[in-house]
Amino acid sequence: MEFLLITLLNGVTYGLLLFMLSSGLTLIFSMMGILNFAHASFYMLGAYLAFQVGARLGFWPALLVAPLLVGALGAAVERLGVRKAHRFGHVAELLFTFGLSFLVEELVQLVWGKAAVDYRVPPSLDGAAFTLFRTSFPLYKGFMMAVSLAMLLGLYLAITRTRVGLVIRASLTRPEMVQALGHDVPRVFTLVFGSGAALAALAGVIAGNAYVTEPGMAAAMGPIVFVVVVVGGLGSLGGAFLASLLIGVLQTFMVASDFSVVDLARRLGLGVPDAPALARLSLTQLAPIMPYLLMVAVLIFRPRGLMGARET
Amino acid sequence: MSGVPPVLNRRRLLGFGGFLLVIAAAPLVVSHGYALSLFCQIGVMTVFALSYNMLLGQTGLLSFGHAVYFGMGALGTIHALNAVSAGARWFPVTLLPLAGGAAGLLLGLVLGAVTVRRAGTTFAMISLGIGEMVAASSLMFPAVFGGEGGVSGNRVTGQGWFGVTYGPQLQVYYLIAGWAFVATVAMYALTQTPLGRVANAVRDNPERAQFLGYNPQRVRFLMVALGGFFAGIAGGLSALNYEIVTAEALSAHTSGAVLLMAYVGGAGTFYGPILGAAIITVMQVVVAGITKAWPFYFGLFFLVIVLYAPGGVAGVLQLHLRARRAGMLRRLAPAYLAGAGPVALLVGGTVTLVELAYAVVNRVEEGTARLRLPGLVLDSRTAPPWIGAAAAVLVGALLLRVVWKRISGRWAEIHAALAAEGRS
Repeated sequence: MEFLLITLLNGVTYGLLLFMLSSGLTLIFSMMGILNFAHASFYMLGAYLAFQVGARLGFWPALLVAPLLVGALGAAVERLGVRKAHRFGHVAELLFTFGLSFLVEELVQLVWGKAAVDYRVPPSLDGAAFTLFRTSFPLYKGFMMAVSLAMLLGLYLAITRTRVGLVIRASLTRPEMVQALGHDVPRVFTLVFGSGAALAALAGVIAGNAYVTEPGMAAAMGPIVFVVVVVGGLGSLGGAFLASLLIGVLQTFMVASDFSVVDLARRLGLGVPDAPALARLSLTQLAPIMPYLLMVAVLIFRPRGLMGARET
Repeated sequence: MSGVPPVLNRRRLLGFGGFLLVIAAAPLVVSHGYALSLFCQIGVMTVFALSYNMLLGQTGLLSFGHAVYFGMGALGTIHALNAVSAGARWFPVTLLPLAGGAAGLLLGLVLGAVTVRRAGTTFAMISLGIGEMVAASSLMFPAVFGGEGGVSGNRVTGQGWFGVTYGPQLQVYYLIAGWAFVATVAMYALTQTPLGRVANAVRDNPERAQFLGYNPQRVRFLMVALGGFFAGIAGGLSALNYEIVTAEALSAHTSGAVLLMAYVGGAGTFYGPILGAAIITVMQVVVAGITKAWPFYFGLFFLVIVLYAPGGVAGVLQLHLRARRAGMLRRLAPAYLAGAGPVALLVGGTVTLVELAYAVVNRVEEGTARLRLPGLVLDSRTAPPWIGAAAAVLVGALLLRVVWKRISGRWAEIHAALAAEGRS
């Protein structure tokens, strides 16, 4: 019970973090048809900038400043690069962001070095939030949850209740009509791209110190976020939310338990002296490929994703 | 019309004859050991990049996981080689890349069935996920993938035939070159078959191809499987070349590298990826030997190609060949000459800035903050080199903007003239 609850909380925290990344990616994708390869790079930049700004001004200003900086950078990237590549089609756009992610990783290594930087949880958030049975739940994890939920709520309200949100939703389906009604659709694109980058950066700010801030963090996170978007259904925010939580919780549980098929057989009273390597793999070892296995399963049995409207 | 055109027309004979001549003569012209291993690498990458372009250029499938076929081919070959060395099976080493091809084909048949439902962005995403899955599972099965250390083998087994033991690098080069030539001809022939043509149709307009009675998914599936076969051969060649296969062979990094090669060379033409493989391999080896900043230049170079020359090197070449055939290349010369100065300023300034930055970062490690150029030492701790380099970039960019207008004006004239000629 104790293990179950704590692991569930950890899993939900991770899942919400995944959603902070996948929500921006999904919005950008459904609006512009761009699969933004550099999305996880913005996440990484958020963490590094928070480290840098935090060293000068402290964690709280960094929480605001880093996402804003990265958001501005994202808007600039859309304006100066993506739009230019757009003339040559979607493949060129995709490759542009791919090249950009490569360049960002190199740049980060250039500025901050190849090793992980010492980006820490602020002292005011260090410590335990509460104790369940005998395991304490870190305060910072609770903070991460709160930030992601606040952001989720903010995103929801912004999209459903504001005028800008209305224009964004309209541009999702009928960009030409929105343009004809006198709205500057390219500017809406820039705004969405920049906001997506800012969200990714916010995720980086709160995750960089909980996990680790190093040049490989973008390459480690990127594919998982893509998987979330595919599993949830391309372009579906609700699907992305569901898939984020599913993958977050599932992966956390797998990492936390070292159960294998052989163990299961032993439990059932079957002796397996020379089991094949596949059966001896523990769930922990399988955890890194779980998201991809899930993706393949979804592709085979439900090609449009959990909540996608159209077939992918 | 006089029936079927001859298979061996003049252009093909010239093209492939020239290709054969170049790869046969390359080690005779430069026989340095360093150059030879570079040539071997180019040969392997040529096959790999061409196999990638069967997907990207010919079927319109942008894959981010092509390295899995390469890696599987390499693993298949090295395991087969070890079986041969141990005397468990008899098989000539010369034909061992076929084992790699078989492994790649098999994997292509399996993965192709799952991934080809849609082309475009969806396929790109899924190929990335599948690639990551295979790469991540490589550490779980050390018996097959060799774990951290990889699988190694020894390509010299038995007595060899007529002194060909594949001990000396030169013999390996000719093995690779021979396979590269055969694979290139085979892949070119494939583009001329009905399957190759329908693949182009599926790339350009899947709905229409479907109306005509072709199943786009099936065509994509076949192309993925065949692409896997040739990528597997490339992997097999690399296994024989290095005599070791590590998890790196099927990593996302290798998938990215082959994408760069095909795209930078030019995915729109058949020969583009060959150019790309040569250019990028040389860049990787030669530029990496000169500066630590090579991945940065690499990224910049790629972005410039994506934004300004989406047809790649081959696309630019093709454009100029057309202008030359129309006898209008001379009109471009003055504009190009005017552009040389700004480009030199821009490139020189950028390189200096990047090198200065790297000098600052590496100062701690190497105890030096100075950038040594022939006849010039720049101190990265003082302001003047930074200001000078930034000024060069700025002035170069501004001048290039002006010259660019002239160049594109000339091109507009040439295109207009070519179009008029085509109509008359």
